[in-house]
Amino acid sequence: MVPEECTYTKEHEWVCHEGGIATIGISEYAATELGDIVYIELTEPGSNVKQMDPIGTIEAVKTVAELFSPVSGEIIEVNEAIIEHPEIINRDPVEEGWFLKIRISDPGELDNLFTFEEYSEFLGEQED
Amino acid sequence: MSRTIFEKGANGRSGNFLPANDCPVDDLGFAHRREGEIGLPRIGEQDLIRHYVELASKNYHIDKGMYPLGSCTMKYNPVINEEVASLGGFAGLHPLQSEDDVQGALELMYELESDLCEICGMSAFSLQPVAGAHGELAGMMIARDWFRRRGEERKTVLVPDSAHGTNPASVVICGFTPKTIPSNEAGLIDPEVLKQEAGDDTAVLMLTLPNTLGLFEKDIEKIIRIVHDALLEQAEKGIVDYPDYLFDVGALVYMDGANMNALMGIVKPGSIGIDIMHLNLHKTFSTPHGGGGPGAGPVGVLEHLAGLLPVPRVVKKDGRFSLKETSGESIGRVHPWFGNFNVFVKAYAYIKALGGEGLLEVSENAIINANYLMKKVARDYDIKYPGRCMHEFVASGRNLKKFGVKTVDVAKRLLDYGLHAPTVYFPLIVEEALMIEPVETEKKEALDHFADVMAKIAKEAEENPEILHEAPVTTPVRRLDEVAAARCPELSWSGGECLPMEE
Repeated sequence: MVPEECTYTKEHEWVCHEGGIATIGISEYAATELGDIVYIELTEPGSNVKQMDPIGTIEAVKTVAELFSPVSGEIIEVNEAIIEHPEIINRDPVEEGWFLKIRISDPGELDNLFTFEEYSEFLGEQED
Repeated sequence: MSRTIFEKGANGRSGNFLPANDCPVDDLGFAHRREGEIGLPRIGEQDLIRHYVELASKNYHIDKGMYPLGSCTMKYNPVINEEVASLGGFAGLHPLQSEDDVQGALELMYELESDLCEICGMSAFSLQPVAGAHGELAGMMIARDWFRRRGEERKTVLVPDSAHGTNPASVVICGFTPKTIPSNEAGLIDPEVLKQEAGDDTAVLMLTLPNTLGLFEKDIEKIIRIVHDALLEQAEKGIVDYPDYLFDVGALVYMDGANMNALMGIVKPGSIGIDIMHLNLHKTFSTPHGGGGPGAGPVGVLEHLAGLLPVPRVVKKDGRFSLKETSGESIGRVHPWFGNFNVFVKAYAYIKALGGEGLLEVSENAIINANYLMKKVARDYDIKYPGRCMHEFVASGRNLKKFGVKTVDVAKRLLDYGLHAPTVYFPLIVEEALMIEPVETEKKEALDHFADVMAKIAKEAEENPEILHEAPVTTPVRRLDEVAAARCPELSWSGGECLPMEE
């Protein structure tokens, strides 16, 4: 994953698009904010989802957060490794700690998301 | 760390002085016979007493100091409640005793139900649910059956993001789909947003009032009107017949009344159009909870839903009380027997001791205490919604992040100063949240002391953040490994290593 080439959401998810397939994860910022993640639940592969549908639950020691689908399409793969070992997400949220892959049905939706620069700016505002 | 009672025992020791058995033994049959050791601790009476006294002295509780755990209403539990509840006529009852034997107990339940109706402006209450979330579930079941009986298939329950965390769970367990209503910049429901979300698929709006930010919905009348106006299209066109009293009821409004401590004598939920609500007797009506005792989450409804309440119902006829086991429309039983009776006695004693004026004063003082403390804490911590609050408020530790200090560190440091921490990281809509509920039973000196300690900790964060990272240092156990506790929970004494969940 090349962070600069990916898109981001207000919910601090990253989306990397390649050949009609979007790989989705949570940003470094989100992983740090959540703290130690202890449990992950993801929607099963084969499910069709719409943009902003809930597609998973992230349980950290201090809180529980929902994962929303940044794009519409079919879930084709989930990262079994993070379900077994959620600590991977805290260690490496942007590579090894990816969540799931979606076959995108409407590539136009990606235009609604933040670019890397826009997301960095958004993060700056959050810090203020 | 203390050793468990199992580790303290030794073979041959016992606190058991039962005489030898001289009755014939009924052999229960092979299938029911225990195969191994029973595994009870082997310990004498004195060591047993010492063990629990040691644990009690290490424990922190409301009788030891302030317990400002937001949303939990950890108020002082008056001794008179305990005295009344331990009267033999109450404490020694058996649930299978005949009705003639327990007229007093039934009368107490009947009276308590009517007092709750008076306090809340509801038409009927069932005392059966044994916890707040249990009351929520019973309330949602009532809503579900209400729509079923009318042949309506409404699936959506609107839940503001400022609601209690249990609300969406109760919704899902009942087969509804929760839909989040985002709160506006003031931390309240925006009627315009609600209007867009409410429709003829809306079954219920599940409202926590005051909400988890400690704020009262200032547009409550509009909000209830919008939900009640969410009629089926067929009804609007006159295709489906609605009984007269339902002309203005489309969807239902449920109120999570866990925060009723702020409203007694001030707002009657039933009078403003709340259709269903639950109360937490163990919060508002001062019975021990949170490890200190069982709960009670009575569910109350307006007249049109009264038939759906759980059975049995306590009824009064010709001066005699009895239990009515059946009702055609009832959702049925939600608990064995009658709920946690002992909690009813304590709540009843509390209500009768205070009376209407007293209960109003409780709520007024809870509100005054929270606002006073908020102003003081606001000197050193962010308050996202700084207007007037009700019985609790939410501060944020986000202004300490620049020193590498998080809310969890502040919470742990409070323990070093002999105070219980507030609720942390909830509600989710406030970053680094510290949810503080001082309750009415704390005096001004206690509030001042709490605010002083909070100020001191903010100063420490700036000058010596390491102290906060290491806290607590004065407690019987230091900072616990919360990650291991979540990933590898050990829920009963196994006497051995912690095993991973899967195995």
